[in-house]
Amino acid sequence: MMKNLFSVIALVASSWAMAAGPAVHLDKAPIDLTDKASLQNGARLFQNYCLGCHQMQYQRYSRTFSDLDIPEEVGMENLMFTGEKVGDHITNNMSAKDGEKWFGATPPDLTNVARVRGPDWLYTYLRSFYADPSRPFGVNNDVFPLVGMPHVLQELQGMPYKAYETRLVDGASKEVYVGIKTDGSGELNAEEYDRAVADLVNYLEYVGEPTKLEARALGTKVMVFLLIFFVLAYLLKKEYWKDVH
Amino acid sequence: MFKNLMSWIEYRLPFMDKMNLHVMQYPAPKNFNFWYFFGSLAMLVLVNQILTGIWLTMNYVPSAEGAFASVEYIMRDVDYGWLLRYMHSTGASAFFVVVYLHMLRGMMYGSYQKPRELLWIFGMLIFLVLMAEAFMGYLLPWGQMSFWGAQVIIGIFGTIPFIGEDLTLWIRGDYVISGATLNRFFALHVIALPLVLVILVFLHIMALHEVGSNNPDGIEIKKDNDGTVEQTEADKKFTFHQYFTRGGKKVIVDAIPFHPYYTVKDLLGVAGFLLIFAWVIFFFPEGGGYFLEAPNFEPANALKTPAHIAPVWYFTPFYAILRAIPHPFMGAVAMFAAIVALALLPWLDRGKVRSIRYRSGLHTANLINFCISFVALGVLGVLPAEGVYTLLAQIFSFTYFGFFILLWFYSKNEKTKPLPVRLT
Repeated sequence: MMKNLFSVIALVASSWAMAAGPAVHLDKAPIDLTDKASLQNGARLFQNYCLGCHQMQYQRYSRTFSDLDIPEEVGMENLMFTGEKVGDHITNNMSAKDGEKWFGATPPDLTNVARVRGPDWLYTYLRSFYADPSRPFGVNNDVFPLVGMPHVLQELQGMPYKAYETRLVDGASKEVYVGIKTDGSGELNAEEYDRAVADLVNYLEYVGEPTKLEARALGTKVMVFLLIFFVLAYLLKKEYWKDVH
Repeated sequence: MFKNLMSWIEYRLPFMDKMNLHVMQYPAPKNFNFWYFFGSLAMLVLVNQILTGIWLTMNYVPSAEGAFASVEYIMRDVDYGWLLRYMHSTGASAFFVVVYLHMLRGMMYGSYQKPRELLWIFGMLIFLVLMAEAFMGYLLPWGQMSFWGAQVIIGIFGTIPFIGEDLTLWIRGDYVISGATLNRFFALHVIALPLVLVILVFLHIMALHEVGSNNPDGIEIKKDNDGTVEQTEADKKFTFHQYFTRGGKKVIVDAIPFHPYYTVKDLLGVAGFLLIFAWVIFFFPEGGGYFLEAPNFEPANALKTPAHIAPVWYFTPFYAILRAIPHPFMGAVAMFAAIVALALLPWLDRGKVRSIRYRSGLHTANLINFCISFVALGVLGVLPAEGVYTLLAQIFSFTYFGFFILLWFYSKNEKTKPLPVRLT
């Protein structure tokens, strides 16, 4: 009976997980929370390209610096621009009202964005802008259609556009969508751009849950302890119960 | 000196006598199996919730302006705050896991049958209070799902004819869910309901010890002392509190003292449970989005409805029943009836044989039907109520209630197997 029950649970649970999937295919974000260089680059990108509009109002500079092995002086020199103190939260001075007026919606706080959207969504989203003259900032996004955000990483990526190729399909030549390409005006090539976005997403993932690595390290120790405890508890039980028949 | 002090206390408060009565000399059937771990585990989780809750309260700010930020403060700035919070949030789900399994145990072995009806009723009251406790606790982080989940559940009360609207106003303390709602939920969550919960757990255990624990065979271990009962050597080995032999009117067989036998066995259960519990806390605190839902990492926003509102997993079986009925108020009635039906089990089941081991194949099939219906409703409660899902929810609501109706009919003259005289 137990076996039946569990197989039923497993069956429904798997169909249930699939039902929640998003409409757009998301690329897997190649991120690694132990890669300090990647996280540091992500922090640099965030400070330079995102913080103008998006805050991280629950994360402190000092936390980012100590977790990412950035010496305080180096961090203050390179990542703090407007005279904050190192214990301050990572905020900007744009009011929510202005944000709404300029972009149609207040740019959301990004402290927890990786927990709300997931890293794969962010990684795909930041690589899915494309030129669309009908939009106020000249760009649209495949993952978040009609998004109010300009393509702030254009300086790095160049102007992305939806590329089509003429191909023979069933004997007739047709225009086929082959993906997003850039005009090459950016500082980075396609591969470097993907890497930069991954670093940024890595940093967002870290900020969403700064204790993740600590939790895993402590969790491993706790699990080892509990396994030993389990064995001892089992032996103790066996010893006490040997005279119960 | 110490002995004198102890006897001085014992004379005024019979502490050792009560410990003997409830722990050291409490006769527990010797054949408890895996399913009997969940009672002590529920107690463990309750203690976990109370302790972590106290420490969370030290840094939590119960206001619409400060709640969300204070939870982030706990997660980031309080030493081990993340651990306390995850222990508490995972503990809420763990509580329902162990309570549901504990209830299933009671259903499998007929632990609600005479003379354990009141024990079962206390258990059902604990379940009700636990649901209220969990619901109010879920509002406190003041995230999007906190807010909109509460909106949906408070809305259920609004479907009651005539008084519904006023009732929701009374619950919220405002025309919308606001800081006023948050503050009263906080008060209820941290003191009123836990207090009731602890008292009910106390009564649950007192009622249990009065009638004695049931067991997988569903037969009594306290036999009438009419001279026909023979105690084995093993039975004579243990001393049980004289309260349980009723001054020689009862003979206790196949029992072992709760301590040390079940304390060491439950310790094993605790170790096994903690392995899974810690694994979730440290490695998957979000529980795949079912223990902590992703939209709840965004602060509550009354102007932005999430695309899909789903209550936390432990409410979804009842939520699915609610949505399965096209009429809102009748849906609420059906949902409530789903819980009342469980509470009425001692009277809906007219059988005399308790354990599934000696009941008919029909009963086993019916109980499996109940489990499948409950799990399926739980899954459907997470999914959007559209198309085939609504139809499925209706079918499984029907089979859920069908369990109770069928039970009432066949249990009167059920074909059961002969009961053993002694525990197997």
